[in-house]
Amino acid sequence: MEEQAARYIGAGLAGTALIGAGIGIGSIFSNYLAGALRNPSAAAGQRTNLLLGFALCEATGLFGFVLAMIILFA
Amino acid sequence: MANDPMKQFEIVESAELFQIAGHTISWTNSSFWMVVSAILIVAFFALTTKRKLVPGKMQSLGELSYEFIANMVKDTTGVEAMKFMPLVFTLFFFILAANLIGMFPYAFTTTSHIAVTAALAVFTICVVIVAGIWKNGFKWFKIFAPSGLPAIMYIIIVPIEIISFISRPITLAVRLFANMVAGHVMLKLFAIFAAFLAAKGGIIAVGSIVPMFATIALVALEFLVAGLQAFVFAILTCVYLNDVYHVDH
Repeated sequence: MEEQAARYIGAGLAGTALIGAGIGIGSIFSNYLAGALRNPSAAAGQRTNLLLGFALCEATGLFGFVLAMIILFA
Repeated sequence: MANDPMKQFEIVESAELFQIAGHTISWTNSSFWMVVSAILIVAFFALTTKRKLVPGKMQSLGELSYEFIANMVKDTTGVEAMKFMPLVFTLFFFILAANLIGMFPYAFTTTSHIAVTAALAVFTICVVIVAGIWKNGFKWFKIFAPSGLPAIMYIIIVPIEIISFISRPITLAVRLFANMVAGHVMLKLFAIFAAFLAAKGGIIAVGSIVPMFATIALVALEFLVAGLQAFVFAILTCVYLNDVYHVDH
């Protein structure tokens, strides 16, 4: 197989890491919403943790994206 | 107009400055925009120095920014960590300014290079290690061996803790880098779609309104991500500094 074709396939496979990011972000926000609808006054206090959790989860998915970019272009 | 979404991250050297060990240090577009960020931050805080007792609008903006970071440091690490407040403050505002400047057309996002973010992350972790050893002596290495475990578990736990500590500067650097690169690549991609569709002319050009709306939505998301990534870098610095003061977790 040519090198360029292998690069494209590798980049596509590395992009599947974003499935985990999607599930994780959905899970974080769904738990926050469920808790916020039960206890609205306590929801504002947790907003910092919500954003922190979202950023950390997004980061893990983006590691896969970075791997794809490295495979494609380096 | 570049057709390649990755061309926007190219470094353009303008003038050679000096040589270190065979590598040429030059004035690049990246250095220019970093200086612009620094000047903007200094100007923003210079505008807030009216110093009345009942603050006006600009002064309360400056005070709110200070309090935001001060509360973050105090809540996460404790009052003794206010010594590190200048570091956290600088990190937060430099990354925020660099990210926000990158949102403007034709400006360059300096934090979209792993060299910049790795420098920030490695420096932060070095500060954590040096401060930990300075404050606690060699007892600081007890963070790798949390107390209260049966003795046999330490054989597994200590390597795992060391690996997770080593992953801290790596994840700090790559998180910021990947978010910035991914955001700007997506923006460029949707803008290219809109440009191609519009260039086709005729009835197809009407379809270019869909990627245009997507680009607008992405710009909103990218502003959020710019602020959020600066916040996450700062708060993770506070969390890692917590290890300096509370060796027993």
